[in-house]
Amino acid sequence: MKKKIIAMLLCVAMLLCVTACGGESSSSDDASDSSSSTEDSGTSSGEGGDTAAAFKIGGTGPLTGSTSIYGIAAQNGAQIAVDEINALGGIQFELRYEDDTNDPEKAVNAYNAVKDWGMQISLGSVTSKPGEATSILNYEDRIFALTPSASSVATVEGKDNVFQMCFTDPNQGMASAQYIAEQDMATKIAIIWKNDDVYSKGIHDTFVEEANERGLEIVSDTTFADGNATDFSVQLADAQSNGADLIFLPMYYEPASLILTQANAMGYTPKFFGVDGMDGILTMPGFDASLAEGVMLLTPFNADADDEKTQAFVEKYEELYGETPNQFAADAYDCIYAIYQALEAAECTPDMSNEELCDALIEQFTTMTFEGLTGDGEGITWDEDGLVSKNPKGMVIEDGVYVGLD
Amino acid sequence: MGKVKKLGAKTRYNIITYTVVVLAYIVMQLLSTGDMLTSSIEGMLVPICVYIVMAVSLNLTVGVLGELSLGHAGFMSVGAFSGVTVAVILENAVASEPLRLAIAMVAGAVFAAIAGFLIGIPVLRLNGDYLAIVTLAFGEIIKSIFNNLYVGLDSNGLHFSLLSDNTNLAEGGELIIGGPMGIGGIDRISTFTAGFVLIIITLIIVLNMMNSRTGRAVMAIRDNRIAAESIGIQVTKYKMIAFVTSAALAGASGALFAMNYSTIAANKFDFNTSILVLVFVVLGGLGNVLGSVIAAAALTVLPEALRGFDDYRMLTYAIVLILVMLATNSSTVRGFIDRLRFKKTGKES
Repeated sequence: MKKKIIAMLLCVAMLLCVTACGGESSSSDDASDSSSSTEDSGTSSGEGGDTAAAFKIGGTGPLTGSTSIYGIAAQNGAQIAVDEINALGGIQFELRYEDDTNDPEKAVNAYNAVKDWGMQISLGSVTSKPGEATSILNYEDRIFALTPSASSVATVEGKDNVFQMCFTDPNQGMASAQYIAEQDMATKIAIIWKNDDVYSKGIHDTFVEEANERGLEIVSDTTFADGNATDFSVQLADAQSNGADLIFLPMYYEPASLILTQANAMGYTPKFFGVDGMDGILTMPGFDASLAEGVMLLTPFNADADDEKTQAFVEKYEELYGETPNQFAADAYDCIYAIYQALEAAECTPDMSNEELCDALIEQFTTMTFEGLTGDGEGITWDEDGLVSKNPKGMVIEDGVYVGLD
Repeated sequence: MGKVKKLGAKTRYNIITYTVVVLAYIVMQLLSTGDMLTSSIEGMLVPICVYIVMAVSLNLTVGVLGELSLGHAGFMSVGAFSGVTVAVILENAVASEPLRLAIAMVAGAVFAAIAGFLIGIPVLRLNGDYLAIVTLAFGEIIKSIFNNLYVGLDSNGLHFSLLSDNTNLAEGGELIIGGPMGIGGIDRISTFTAGFVLIIITLIIVLNMMNSRTGRAVMAIRDNRIAAESIGIQVTKYKMIAFVTSAALAGASGALFAMNYSTIAANKFDFNTSILVLVFVVLGGLGNVLGSVIAAAALTVLPEALRGFDDYRMLTYAIVLILVMLATNSSTVRGFIDRLRFKKTGKES
């Protein structure tokens, strides 16, 4: 009998735990709902001064797993921007990132978790495929989204309230081909790409198209996939035997690092040209950064730029996180500042509902020009489809840092 | 109560299983209409249903048939891709969303069953470890095929191409499956109710099968193949029945899964997903259907419930998993549960 009572008590305790957890999240949900929808609670909480009410910004990204460098960089970059803006007084932000492990299914879960937390404005997702899965929810829930780096076209397509801070994949492919042709870098080009990855394929297809138009000769076009992304000797040998003097690598930094290592082991030294996914290769644990010497990449951000804004950001990032920020951090930083600029221009307040904020921000983003760390002096603009317009920068890795090519 | 007791142990177990599922559905549905669920839970309802069906169907192969299959996610992807393709084709012909979803799920089940049959021909000649490795290989093959398959629809009908997009669609055509990009812009027509109906259908099929002549034959093969053969049971036939049924159910759940998200890619259905489902089955107990249901639901919710741990989330998940596995397998805990059960029944009689 005693045992039974103990068992019952344990059951009750467990149930309490469960309901307490559930209750907590739902009550915070209610609170945020009421604070954003009814004016009374908004003003009552605003009485405490200018620090009380804040815009809640949420996002999802791979904070763990093989692409975590992107997610963590974006989170850190956004956090720096939020801290800077909060220190200014005036508009206040609260930022929360949830882990999606670069999986659309987990991304939807992560999105729902930040939505429960009371997200009013979203930073979308960091990577492409999760970006597609969450942007449709942004659209349905009428939560404005500005993604730092989910670059597939499908992320913004047909969604009036989803905007991108990065170039789309096809644009990157086109810009890379243009850049190589204009700078007259190579005549024979090899491409190694990942044929089960939407990002890699998107860039590859437009690159090939543009390269053909511009008279660049593609002598080797080889692929790899998730399961065989460890040995690239076949692809490299194919490029070498066809006499390629430049290898284009539209992929994330992890396989790229292996390609560089293996090419080095083969004694094959063509030029390597990457896109924004290559960013992060220098900070990858276990990779000999000297192998990346001379690698060129097209990215919207240059940590070596001598303008004041970039330098301040790089300094702060290095101080806080101990590494040089990549373009994901810069994109996320810009996202926060772009939202800040739009909110200020539209005179939004944190007690507005996400629908109202969404409409106000759409109007601002389609009309405003933003100047940030990424892009050049001409500023950044968005069209009605949510696509960004800014100029890419060519970079080359020298002595372990990015140096502008021009 | 007295009537229920007179029924056999198996029937009682079945009734408990159905009751648990129906009650859970009613409670969640009430909470949902009462707007008392967080978006987090609400977003997980359909995936939970999908994983329950996956676990129960895999239990048919692993628990009842006794063959370790590591390629279950492959059937899920066959169902997902064929189901969505059918749903897109019928977009204009069938206006009712639930009906379109049902047709898509049936189509997913049929295609997965065909895949299961084709794979079953070579695979079921093997036993034990060999079979496990070959199913693993087939799962990867299916993934690779979908990663390189392009399917487009235009006014002239369906176009297929492999490796690169050579579908040459006419004006107004739509590329449904885009190789590594998978399917994008899916109509999200999956509902919790559809998931519940699929679970009930799965339970009816699996539980009835287990208590039928076929099921007993399958279990006889599991327990002693030679003895079963010696009394005239056609081993290949019954193995195939169990394997194909399991594949078909996985296909239906795959279609449901795909249409819960706006985008789906073949890489989702890799080895890891197969193992994940296998974990549900092992945790729930081999051959234990109710166990599979509960384990699938609990382990789908667990990673989300652990979001509070931030960076240590997946580590905590793994530790919890180890502890749960140890606890459910320790004789002390089992003995305790058995004693409770015995006392209860002892008192009632």
